[in-house]
Amino acid sequence: MKKLINNPAIVVEEALSGMAHAYPHLLRVNFCPNYIVRADAPRRGKVAVIAGGGSGHEPMHGGFVGLGMLDAACPGPIFTSPSPDQILAAAAAVDGGAGLLFIVKNYTGDVLNFAIAAEECQLAGVPVQTVLIHDDVAVEDSLYTAGRRGVGVTVLAEKICGAAAEAGASLEEVAAIGRKVSEQGRSMGVALTSCIVPAVGRPTFVLPDDEMEIGIGIHGEPGRRRAPLQSADAITDILATTIFDDLPFTRGSRVIALVNGMGGTPLMELYIIFRRLAELCEERDITISRNLIGNYITALEMAGCSLTLLAVDDELLHWWDAPVHTPALRW
Amino acid sequence: MTPTPMVEIASMIAWINRYADRISEHQAWLTALDAEIGDADHGINMQRGFEEVRMRLAHEHVDDLGVLFKGIGMTLLSKVGGASGPLYGTLFLRMGMVAAGKQTLTPVEFANAVAAGVEGIRQRGSARPGDKTMVDALMPAIIALHQALDDGATLCAALQAAAAAAEAGMKATIPMQAYKGRASYLGPRSIGHQDPGATSAFLLVQSAAESLCAAEHNSD
Repeated sequence: MKKLINNPAIVVEEALSGMAHAYPHLLRVNFCPNYIVRADAPRRGKVAVIAGGGSGHEPMHGGFVGLGMLDAACPGPIFTSPSPDQILAAAAAVDGGAGLLFIVKNYTGDVLNFAIAAEECQLAGVPVQTVLIHDDVAVEDSLYTAGRRGVGVTVLAEKICGAAAEAGASLEEVAAIGRKVSEQGRSMGVALTSCIVPAVGRPTFVLPDDEMEIGIGIHGEPGRRRAPLQSADAITDILATTIFDDLPFTRGSRVIALVNGMGGTPLMELYIIFRRLAELCEERDITISRNLIGNYITALEMAGCSLTLLAVDDELLHWWDAPVHTPALRW
Repeated sequence: MTPTPMVEIASMIAWINRYADRISEHQAWLTALDAEIGDADHGINMQRGFEEVRMRLAHEHVDDLGVLFKGIGMTLLSKVGGASGPLYGTLFLRMGMVAAGKQTLTPVEFANAVAAGVEGIRQRGSARPGDKTMVDALMPAIIALHQALDDGATLCAALQAAAAAAEAGMKATIPMQAYKGRASYLGPRSIGHQDPGATSAFLLVQSAAESLCAAEHNSD
């Protein structure tokens, strides 16, 4: 294992400490329990948008705390959900009296821990709505799986819900917008290499030099199938057509396209992927109204990428374009 | 006729400490099983949680089984994380509700408390037998435990039967396809691997048999 770390046991805390030093004007970091809140929290009368999940996906979620996006992020240990007490402490720190929106990726651990936290908040009289993100088309959506994983759409939902909350929308309105994003977005990813959890010290799975893992999640878990490595265009075709086939991205639709690096892929390669994605969308008369290209939801040092398409209308574009000022996303 | 041996606070603490030992011994194994069909953290998370439980048990004096189990459950909720934290946490929180206010339990009361905990896991995780989860080790264990006690077995013998059933249930997860949890994303590729949650659940039942049998022998 070659990593720029000091001690595998405290990588999360040391990274959080680095963020606290880097962005004192944007956010505050609390330790034990670990959470990040925006510097001006709590904002009176504003719906507080809270997300969380395992660490190792940076910049998600902590990098999205700030004006126009998240009020709080709850980072768990590497690839492990935050605990209910962590979520409750973060919620208490950002509760502005207008309710809480939990944005939860559909992983069994995240769902269970946020559900317990939501029950506790409701018991204490604090209204909570949960938006579940489950956009990974690599997973068969049926009674026979835990359901689709939450991946790239999470970033878009956090931006869009955060903008609506910043503008003073009610909890019900913000939740409805979040559910619309969740319903209209689809993603799929590919890995060229595995990743190494610091406390484990070995790659989570072994992938030969000439093979790729199609349909990976964001935790180094194996995907749906393994295939010989192909060109960037061929890989983009596999990912994009699976997404196109899943949702009626009909001719004339407008989309936000996210080409996301998994942590170990250069931006140059992501542009090569986007080039092909733009061609495929043009062939289908789908307009990429906005795009986001870079490392936003990662799996440590995994090489690979994921594609996300979100069908948008004027309302969603309006919230997408609204000002955002966070460590990892700002305009 | 000898009086029915009672389950006491000391023997419950011995059980949990024994389990913490077992988790530490098998941390790498649990993590390796999880690497095959999950995300390679089950042993790490369980060890972190149960070492915290062990530390708290060493420093806190408890004279109520309900308080003891609730404290264990809350610690697991906050320290294990993942899906295992809420699920094992729920097991002990429900046991705590059944045992509230009691300093001792009869073997049948103990079995009922564990059964309530397992039912809590089933509700929280909405897993059914055959989904390739910890339920596949725990359900047969509960059935065997009740059956043996109904047949007049000692608690030690009943827990040994439960551990054997849990072990069989754990091994039965190998040919199963996962329908819950992270392993379900693999679809048919989850077949051929032993479920890490069922494995840690077997160790929990085995630890109960080991520690309570030791207590029974000591009291003879």
